[in-house]
Amino acid sequence: MENSEHKIVSFKTYGLVLLALIVLTLFSVYITQLDFGNLGIVVALSIAGLKSVLVFSIFMHLLYDKKMYALMVVGVLVVMTIVLIITFLDYGY
Amino acid sequence: MDKSNLPNYLEHKGKYKGIFAWIFSTDHKRIGLLYLYAIMAFFVVAAILGLLMKFELIAPGKTIMEAKAYNAVFTLHGITMIFLVVVPGIPAILGNFFLPILIGAKDVFYPKLNLLSWWLYMLGAVIALSSQFMNGASPDTGWTFYAPYSFQTQSNVLPALIGAFILGFSSILTGLNFIVTMHRLRAPGMKWMKMPLFPWTLYGTSWIQLLATPVVGITLLMVVAEKVLSIGFFDPALGGDPILYQHLFWIYSHPAVYIMILPAMGVISEVIPAFAKKKIFGYNAIVLSTMLIAFVGYFVWGHHMFTAGMSETSLFAFSFLTFIVAIPSAIKIFNWLATLYKGSIMLRTPMYWAVSFLFVFMIGGLTGMVLGALSTNVHLHDTAFVVAHFHFIVFGGLGFAFFAGIHYWFPKIFGKMYDEAWANTGWIIFFMGFLTLYFPMFLLGIQGMPRRYYDYVPEFHFTNIISSFGAFIMIAGLTVILINLFKSAKRGEKAEMNPWGGKSLEWTIPSPPPLENFEDIPEIK
Ligand SMILES: [Cu+2]
Repeated sequence: MENSEHKIVSFKTYGLVLLALIVLTLFSVYITQLDFGNLGIVVALSIAGLKSVLVFSIFMHLLYDKKMYALMVVGVLVVMTIVLIITFLDYGY
Repeated sequence: MDKSNLPNYLEHKGKYKGIFAWIFSTDHKRIGLLYLYAIMAFFVVAAILGLLMKFELIAPGKTIMEAKAYNAVFTLHGITMIFLVVVPGIPAILGNFFLPILIGAKDVFYPKLNLLSWWLYMLGAVIALSSQFMNGASPDTGWTFYAPYSFQTQSNVLPALIGAFILGFSSILTGLNFIVTMHRLRAPGMKWMKMPLFPWTLYGTSWIQLLATPVVGITLLMVVAEKVLSIGFFDPALGGDPILYQHLFWIYSHPAVYIMILPAMGVISEVIPAFAKKKIFGYNAIVLSTMLIAFVGYFVWGHHMFTAGMSETSLFAFSFLTFIVAIPSAIKIFNWLATLYKGSIMLRTPMYWAVSFLFVFMIGGLTGMVLGALSTNVHLHDTAFVVAHFHFIVFGGLGFAFFAGIHYWFPKIFGKMYDEAWANTGWIIFFMGFLTLYFPMFLLGIQGMPRRYYDYVPEFHFTNIISSFGAFIMIAGLTVILINLFKSAKRGEKAEMNPWGGKSLEWTIPSPPPLENFEDIPEIK
């Protein structure tokens, strides 16, 4: 079927995303020196989550491709989240 | 159109000659047959190991092997049957062969990746089985590789773990390939809700292969790392958690049951309407229940761990979810029965297998409910009851469906007919042997006979004799079936294009199909 509508993403966008990824990485190294208590893992995972959103949507073109592919990725993440939550039902005590 | 002058896929001459024309072929049909021969070989070996186990259990004490040998035999039987036979089983053999044909495609979307999957499968198999021939003892952990024993034992578990890891890649790639194939290569006019049911079940299966297999891959690598580098993921002495291993292992291995059983349900959903001469009853319900099984099947793994010491919340949640997942399976059973109702039923070999599938699969499913209930599970956990239950599901479900499918599609695959009298004889011997072998094990389990022991107290002797006797009958039936199929593939009578009056696309092309299945891609109205 037709493959023609490939969106060309500008070099500048990729450069900005790269920059954002580097900054976020440095930031996640920096925050290891702060004490968030139990929230530490939440903060670290949020930064990692933000980075993967950037990679998925721009580097991997999910933003520009058919909505169904984005839906598939979200679906997979939902399954994984439920699996993690259920696993930790066993560890919350 | 004239189809008769195209060479069929068995005779087609390509770049390579002899065996290379097979092991380097990217034709989905040849790859399907490559899997068929490899899987059948492993199946026969593992079935003989099973027979040896039943022989050992024919009397208390040592009969033919010592305890250590028994541990090694059930481990090898489990690893071979699970990782080499039933997980690839129907998708790799019948799925590879018929998925593209059923959706009106010339091949899978990535034919080379498909061939790579087979090579990875063989590589994984060789590495896993090499554990038997190396210095030192054969693995004795059971197929589950439970920590901490799996990294404490001195037996050769490393190659088995690494082999299983590689086999996982084969499975993931096949799943990926099938998903893309169904998204991109359905014939024009074949909407999702017009796709036949066997492809639908393969679709659900493929997602499980893609999402669940990496979990077990990582887990097996973690055990390797634990064993080689003493990292302490699972070793309590190093601050690890052995229960975590069980979680990770079953996060894959429960959905793996659906990798085995969903395609089996797909085969049954093709065979029953063909031999009842009726459209399948409740197509939408079957599709929906397939996807529901695949989805909910991810969240029930803890029912393997009820006695491992989980929190009460987990126990409740897993038991509840396990009961939920029974509903879509039951929906399917009702749909198949409703399809049979008022149909004009042709009792041919595939149909015998299909209706006996309904019988054994229901026993397997209902005894699963007994195990899914928290109270009865405490009594039955790790007994012969569990062994009987999953043999009814896996062997009774997948095995029977596979034989239904292979007899149903045999004329299409080989262009020859099998001897029906022998096929039916094999079926009835096998069926009787199967029930005689596994049914007594439910009783033994209820009486308290633990699984995985080579010995038992004298009270269990009589029931064990019946069960072992059944094993010999079943293997006799299996021999009849396999010899008949093997001989017929070589010199059976020539088969017609559509011997059963089937309505799906594979029956519109010659037997055996030409290299690219369809000269013109069919339009679906
Ligand atoms: Cu399970």
